[in-house]
Amino acid sequence: MNPDTTAPTPDAASLLDQWMLGLLVLVPLAFALVVAFSPDKRARATALLGTLAAGLLTVVALARFSWSNGAAFQFEHDVHWLPSLGISVSMGADSVSMLLVALTALLGPICVLASWTAITERVRLYFVSFLILQAAMVGVFIARDIIFFYICFEFTLIPMYVLVSQWGSTERKRAATTFFLYTFTGSVITLAGLVYVAWINAGMAPGLYAGSGSWTFQIATLQITASQHMTLSQQSWVLLALLAGFAVKVPLFPVHTWLPLTHTQAPTAGSVILAGVLLKLGTYGIFRFAIPFCPDAFMHYAPVIATLCIIGILYGGLICWVQEDVKKLVAYSSVAHLGFCVLGLAALNVAGLQGSILYMINHGLSTGALFLLVGFMYERYHTRSMKEIGGLAAKMPVWATFMVFFVMASVGLPGLNGFVSEFLCILGTFQASDKWATGVWGSAGTAIPGATAGNLGPWYALVAGSGVIVAAMYLLIMVGKVVFGPLKEPAGHGGAHGHDEHHGHEDAHATEAHLPADLTAREITALLPLAVACLVFGVFPAPLLSALKGPVDQTVALIDTARQIPPPGTPSTQTAAADLRTLEHEPKEASR
Amino acid sequence: MIGRLAYLWPEIALFATTCIVMVLGLSRSLPMRKASAWVCGIGLLAALGLSITTTPSGSTVIASGGQAMLPGMAPFAKCLICLVALFLLPLLAGTVDRAEEHRIATGAGVFNPLRSNRAEFYSFFLFSITGLLLVADADNLIWLFLALELTSLPTYIMVAISSERHRAQEAGVKYFFLGALGAAVFLYGFALLYGATGTTNLNAIHESFLSRGISTMAIAGLILSLLGLCFKIAAVPMHFYTADVYQGASAGVAAMLAFVPKTAGFLAMLLILATVGWSSGPGAASLPEPLRLLLWVIAALTMTVGNVLAVLQSSAKRTLAYSSIAHSGYMLVGVIAGPGDGSFTRNGISAVLFYLLGYGVMNLGAFAVLASVEKPASDGGEPRELDSFDDLRGLCRTHPVSGWTMVLCSLSLLGMPPLLGFFGKLPLFTSAIGAGEIPLVLVLGINSAIAAFYYLRLMAMPLLEEPSFRATAPVDNPFVSRRFAGLLSAGGVIVLAVFANLLMKESTAAGRYVARPETASAGAKTEVSVAQDGR
Repeated sequence: MNPDTTAPTPDAASLLDQWMLGLLVLVPLAFALVVAFSPDKRARATALLGTLAAGLLTVVALARFSWSNGAAFQFEHDVHWLPSLGISVSMGADSVSMLLVALTALLGPICVLASWTAITERVRLYFVSFLILQAAMVGVFIARDIIFFYICFEFTLIPMYVLVSQWGSTERKRAATTFFLYTFTGSVITLAGLVYVAWINAGMAPGLYAGSGSWTFQIATLQITASQHMTLSQQSWVLLALLAGFAVKVPLFPVHTWLPLTHTQAPTAGSVILAGVLLKLGTYGIFRFAIPFCPDAFMHYAPVIATLCIIGILYGGLICWVQEDVKKLVAYSSVAHLGFCVLGLAALNVAGLQGSILYMINHGLSTGALFLLVGFMYERYHTRSMKEIGGLAAKMPVWATFMVFFVMASVGLPGLNGFVSEFLCILGTFQASDKWATGVWGSAGTAIPGATAGNLGPWYALVAGSGVIVAAMYLLIMVGKVVFGPLKEPAGHGGAHGHDEHHGHEDAHATEAHLPADLTAREITALLPLAVACLVFGVFPAPLLSALKGPVDQTVALIDTARQIPPPGTPSTQTAAADLRTLEHEPKEASR
Repeated sequence: MIGRLAYLWPEIALFATTCIVMVLGLSRSLPMRKASAWVCGIGLLAALGLSITTTPSGSTVIASGGQAMLPGMAPFAKCLICLVALFLLPLLAGTVDRAEEHRIATGAGVFNPLRSNRAEFYSFFLFSITGLLLVADADNLIWLFLALELTSLPTYIMVAISSERHRAQEAGVKYFFLGALGAAVFLYGFALLYGATGTTNLNAIHESFLSRGISTMAIAGLILSLLGLCFKIAAVPMHFYTADVYQGASAGVAAMLAFVPKTAGFLAMLLILATVGWSSGPGAASLPEPLRLLLWVIAALTMTVGNVLAVLQSSAKRTLAYSSIAHSGYMLVGVIAGPGDGSFTRNGISAVLFYLLGYGVMNLGAFAVLASVEKPASDGGEPRELDSFDDLRGLCRTHPVSGWTMVLCSLSLLGMPPLLGFFGKLPLFTSAIGAGEIPLVLVLGINSAIAAFYYLRLMAMPLLEEPSFRATAPVDNPFVSRRFAGLLSAGGVIVLAVFANLLMKESTAAGRYVARPETASAGAKTEVSVAQDGR
C-alpha cells in the first residue's frame, strides 16, 4: 500500500486531516494488537485506554470537521491498493458519517466499562475482538470505496461472532451461527449488486458522463452512474440486491428473525454494540447506497418498503407486549424502532430523512443504555424473566432511576431524544404524498406547508403512529413490573447459589459477591454520558438537525431530479445518454 | 523443434534433481537419505528461477513453436506451480519411513532398501510436479496427454504409500481406477478431436476451427475431453473419489492432491478451450453453446454439490475434500467467462490463474494444520493425524501456531475480506458479470454463503471451543517443518492479499488470449468464416 504521494508536502494540520479517518480505524487496531500481547490482567485497562484514545481522536475530528459544509466529504484521503481491480482504500466523511463515527466512539469505552466484571474468561480475546469490531464499524462509516466498505462491513461479522459464541448465554453457539449466516448471505448478494453497478460503470464509453471505461469502485462515481444511467428495471434489481444485505442488518420485517436470538444470547456489551451501531450499518447502507444508487426504484418501491416497516413496527411491538424476558423485549423493541427509522428513509423528504438519521443516533443511545441496564440486572440476579423479578426500585434506586429515564427516552417522551426523531419520521411519512398537491386531501393548486410529493401519506403515518402507542404500552408495562410494584427476587438469590437456569458461559457467580445491590460508580460512569446525550439531544436537537441538513438536502434533490426526469429506458423520454447506453448493453443482454 | 527446448529448462532441472533424489533416498546413511528433501527444495528453487528467466512468453512463443493462443500462461503457471510446490515440500516431511527411520535411529533395526520409501516418495513428487510443468507448456494433444499422465501416475502411488494404514492403499486403488477411467475419457476426446481436424497440434486445431468451422465431431471430442478433465479438477460427474481419497491419504499428500491435479486439469482445460476460443458462441464473447451449457451445468452442480456435502461432514478432512470440489466449481465460472476484453476485472482466465495460486496457498495451510498435530494412539501404535472436527477443539490455546493458521486459512477459503480468498473470488465475480453470466454469479454468491456454514465451524472449533485434556488429546508431531508450511500459508494469505496488485498484473498478462495468432498460415487467415472477434 503506497500512500498518495502526488499531494504537495502538507503542514502538520492538513497532514492530520488527511490521516484523521485512517487513524480512527488504525488506533483501535493498534490497541487490539497491544492487548493481544499483554497479560490478561492489564487487558481491560489497555482496551479502555484504546477506546478512550479513539474517542479523543474522534473529538478532535469532530472539532476540525466543518459542520456548515456537512454535505461535502471531508478528511478525504486515498491510498492506492489494487489498481488492477480498481480498488483503493478511499476515505471521507460527511456529517452523517461523522455523527455515526461519534456514536461508535462514545459506545466504545462504555462497553469496555460494562464488561469489566462480566468477562472473566479469555479476557484478551474478548477485548481484541471488541477493538477490531470498533475499527471495522468506523471503517464502514468512512469508506468511499465500495470494496473498502464491503471489507469493513463483512469484517464486523467475525468479532461479533466470536463475542456472541464465546461469552453469550446458553444458546450462544446457535445464535452466533444464525447471526453470521444470515448477514453473510445477505451481504454476498449486496456485493453482487454493487459489482454489477461497477460493471455498468466500466462498460460506459470513456469520457461519457461518469463512465471511465475502466473499473472503479469509487462510491461517488458509481452513484452518478447508477442513478443516471441505469434503467428502472436495472435499478430495481440492484435495489433488491442491496436490500438483501441491508434489510437483514437493520433488520426489516421478514428477515428479522436472527435479531432476538442473537440479542438475548449476546453478552451485554455485545448487545449494546449490536443495537447501538451494528444495526445502523443497515440503515446507513440504505441511506448511503440504496437511495442514492437507485432513487427511481426506491421511490417506486417506497410503499412496499414502508409497509414492511409498519408490519415490523406493529408486529415487533405486539411481540414485546407478551414478552417475559426483559432482554428479548428490548431486542424486539429494536425491530419496531428500526422500522420507524427505515420508514423515515422511505418517506424520501427532508423531515423523514433527518428524523431517520437522528433516529439512528438516538436509538443507539437509548437502546444501548437499556441493554446495559438489563445486563447490570442480569449480572446481579442471573435472570431476565419478569416472572421472577419485580419492584427493583426498592432495592436498586439508582438503577431504577436510569431505567425509567431511558425507557422514557425510548418511548419518545417529549423533551428526550426519542421524541424528536420519532416525530420527524412520522411527520415525513405524513407529508410524503402526491395527493397533497392534487387536491385529494388539500385543496388543489394551493401549497400545503411542508407537504411533499411521494408515495406514502397520512394513512401510513396513522398506522405507524399507532405503533408509538404500542411501544408506550409494552415499555411501561415492563417498567411497571420490573421497577415498581412489590419487590420480587429470584428464589435462592443472596443465599446459596441454587439458581442455575440461565447460567451460561458468562459465569458471574464468581464476581457476584463483589457487586453491591445497586449500581457501582463504574456502572454509573458508563450510563451517565448516554443519559446526558439523551437529554441534550432531546432539548436541543437543532444543532444536529442543521448539521444533517446538507446531506439530507442533497439526497432530496437527487430524489426530486429522479421524479422529474424518468430514468433512461422509460419509454416516454429517452435521453441521448439512455440511447447510448442501450446501444452498448442491450444487444448483449437480449442475446442471452 | 529445437525452439521447444526453451520451454523445458525448468523440467530438465527438475528431472536431474529427480535422478539425484532417487539415488540419495536409497543411501545407506540416514543423514544422506534425509538430505533428499533438501535436494528437492533446491531443485524446485532452480526450476522456479528458470521458469522466471527462460520460459518464453509473448512474441517469443511463436519463434519457439509453443501454443500461441495463451502466450503468457506458461511462465506464470510454472512460477505458481514451483512456488506452491516449495510450500508443499515442508508439509510432506515425515510422510513416509517415519517408523522405519525411528527404528534405525534407535538401533532397533538396520537399513533395508526394500522397506524404504523415501526415494520413491520424493522422486514421485518431483515427477508429478515435472508433469504439471509440462502441462503448462503443452502445444500438442499427445504432449498434453503424456504430461497429464505424468502428473497423475505418481500421485496414485504417493497416496498408497503415504500412510501405513489400509485405508491409504484402498484410497490409492480407488484413485487409480477412477483416474484411469478419466484418462480414457479424455483420451477418447482427444482422438475425436484429431479425427475432426486431422492434427494434434493445438495451433493447427485452432486454425482448422477458424477456417473450417467446428464440426459436430469436434464438439463431441471437446465435450469428452472436458468431462475427462473433470476428474482431474474433481468436478461433478467425476468427483466421487475425492472425499475417500483425501481422507485415506495423509494430510500432506491430500494437500498435494488438492493442488497438483486440479492445476493440471484447469491448465489443460484452458489450453483445449483456447482452440475454439471464447468468441464463437451465440453471445458476443462466449464459448460455443454446447460447451458453455455443459460447463455452466457442471460449474453450478460442482459448487452446489461440493458445498452441500461439505456441510454434512463430521470429518474436517472430508469437509476440506468437498470444499475442494466447490472451489473447482468457482474456478469453472472463470473458465466460462473467458478472456473478456483482457483487463484483469473481465478476464476469467486471469481470474482462474490467480485463484489457482490463492487456492494453492490457503488450502495448503488448512491441510498443514491437520498434518502438524496428531493424536497419540491409545494402544501405543502409530499416532493418527487429525481428522474429525472434534480433534480441532481449542487448538488455538493448546497449539497456537496451528490453531491460528486454521482460523486464518478457513476464513480465507470462505472468502472473507480482506484475506487472499476474497481477492481471488472478486475477479471471478467481475469477469462473470462482465460476460453476462448473472445467474451463475448468483449461484456463486449463494454457494459462498453455504460455504460459510462449514468454514465457520472450521474456524470456531480451534478458536472458541474448550480444548480436550484427555489422554488422546492432540500433540504437536515432531516435524516442525509442517508447522512451518502452515505458517507460510497463513502468512501468504495476508501478505499476498496486501501485495496482490503485482500478482494481478502478472496474471493479467498470463491470461492474455490471442484469438488469431500470427502463426496461422496465410490461407487460414483469408477464409475466416465462422469465428468473429468478440468486440
